[in-house]
Amino acid sequence: MESLITLSRLQFALTAIYHWLFVPLTLGLGFIIAFMETKYYRTGDEFWKRTTKFWMKLFAINFAVGVATGIILEFEFGTNWSNYSWFVGDIFGAPLAIEGIFAFFMESTFFAVMYFGWEKVSRKAHLVSTWLTAFGTNLSAVWILVANSWMQYPAGMAFNPDTARNEMVSFVDVALSPVAINKFLHTVTNAYVLASIVVIAVSAWFLLKNREHELARKSIRIATIFGGLSLVAVMLTGHTSSTNVAKLQPMKLAAMEGLYEGQKGAPLVAVGMLNPSKKPMEQAGQEQDPYLFSLSMPKMLSLLATNSTDGFVPGINDIIRGGYEFTDIKGNTYIEPSFEQKKAQGTLAVNALKEYQLAKKSGNDSLMAQTRKTLDENFKYFGYHYIEKAEDLVPPVGITFYAFHIMVALGMFFVLLFVLYYIYGRKNKLEDTPWLLKLGIISVPLVYICSQAGWMVAEVGRQPWTIQDLLPVNAAVSGVAASNVATTFIIFAVLFTATLVIELRIMFTQIKKGA
Amino acid sequence: METLKRIWLFYYEGFTSMTPMGKTLWVIIIVKLIIMFAVLRLFFFKPALANYNTPEAKSHAVIENLTK
Repeated sequence: MESLITLSRLQFALTAIYHWLFVPLTLGLGFIIAFMETKYYRTGDEFWKRTTKFWMKLFAINFAVGVATGIILEFEFGTNWSNYSWFVGDIFGAPLAIEGIFAFFMESTFFAVMYFGWEKVSRKAHLVSTWLTAFGTNLSAVWILVANSWMQYPAGMAFNPDTARNEMVSFVDVALSPVAINKFLHTVTNAYVLASIVVIAVSAWFLLKNREHELARKSIRIATIFGGLSLVAVMLTGHTSSTNVAKLQPMKLAAMEGLYEGQKGAPLVAVGMLNPSKKPMEQAGQEQDPYLFSLSMPKMLSLLATNSTDGFVPGINDIIRGGYEFTDIKGNTYIEPSFEQKKAQGTLAVNALKEYQLAKKSGNDSLMAQTRKTLDENFKYFGYHYIEKAEDLVPPVGITFYAFHIMVALGMFFVLLFVLYYIYGRKNKLEDTPWLLKLGIISVPLVYICSQAGWMVAEVGRQPWTIQDLLPVNAAVSGVAASNVATTFIIFAVLFTATLVIELRIMFTQIKKGA
Repeated sequence: METLKRIWLFYYEGFTSMTPMGKTLWVIIIVKLIIMFAVLRLFFFKPALANYNTPEAKSHAVIENLTK
């Protein structure tokens, strides 16, 4: 069972990571192209048409090679995660159906006009199509992120014990939850930063090769402004994301910081290395230091999580023990139950579901009503029934901690990168600064690592849950053979790697050809 | 009818005058979709609940899994 869960998770992670290699460039480059074509529309300058067409080629390569990589995730839901797939019910159905309609009609229609329509439609119609393609790709992302946000913060639904499915009772609560809005903004602005850095890097390469000077300089100017402003938005939404996580997934926040014992005025680790032998709930007197070394910023974690320098941030052990005052995202303050209390409530809920089914079979209406009431009252902790021991509640601290700190450190580096490119670009000194041009090129793998690290924090940090507090991975997984999952894992690894190599080869060929 | 004809010609001319890079990308898309739907979906990714014919049977199977 353990190997099946691990393999299924690894396969999903592999697919999601590869999918996310293609998506962010599409999301961001679409808008950069639209800005460039707007320049062409306003000035009529053929230079902007040539520049737009060059970046459009790279957009098309990335779009075509990346298209449908996300479909495999849906295959995996049905085959490897069938209990989960059934349990989420129509919560996923509606957003994904809307996504499908948007993706098909908006992208395919306006994408075609973008590429086939230069000489066939008016300049205005072409520009509108380019903007709508950019908005279309971003709108597709909305619905996927709404579905993901619901797993982090299940809201706007009711569990139906007759079908074992969650049914949507409020589309607004699902689509406009604070987590969904913030996750969308944080994710797409991150994608804009990534695309801007790719544009800067390609342009920097042209300048280093003494080619395409005007295209490179003007592309860098647009990418620096767009990427810099997007990075500000990434930081602001990153802060909101932290406060959301503190209220909804405090275990994830504790893992992000390697925080085992909570405190008021908690410090934020700036640089540190975790102690690999540290365990949750160590015996009194035998507690180990969580870090081999660390440099921390006093009170910053409390500020990040609670908007107050003296706010209490619970650690991993506090969350297991419970008994501290906690304010949830709706502003309700209560004493947090311990793991054992939550597990007891989860077991009550699962047993009530079982008894409800028996009562239904025997036609006992009063018992059905009684068990339904018990189920509803305890459903909040339904998933805790499947968690064997308290330690299983703790996500992989090492991956979550390092991914979070790599993401933040690279984010700070990109601030510096955009500032330098802005200053040197304004002074027209980029061509004379080869070290900065090389730094721009090196930043491409770094921005992809940063983006993937963000997703690792979000997804690894919420383990063991597929749906927060309601369904852990061990209850969500299907009873398929682990060897099947291993086989498809290898097929995917080969297929995706081949796809990536093909994309890079075609893209490098087009970049070398220039505009 | 005239509109439909114009839409058809728009796509027809677009595809027939496509650059070699565009053709390569279409080949990649088609090969990838064939692998995904004709190989992976068909042989490796049968939905685990497909053996249950009705929604009621699927619900029952999941409830059994969740309450065992």
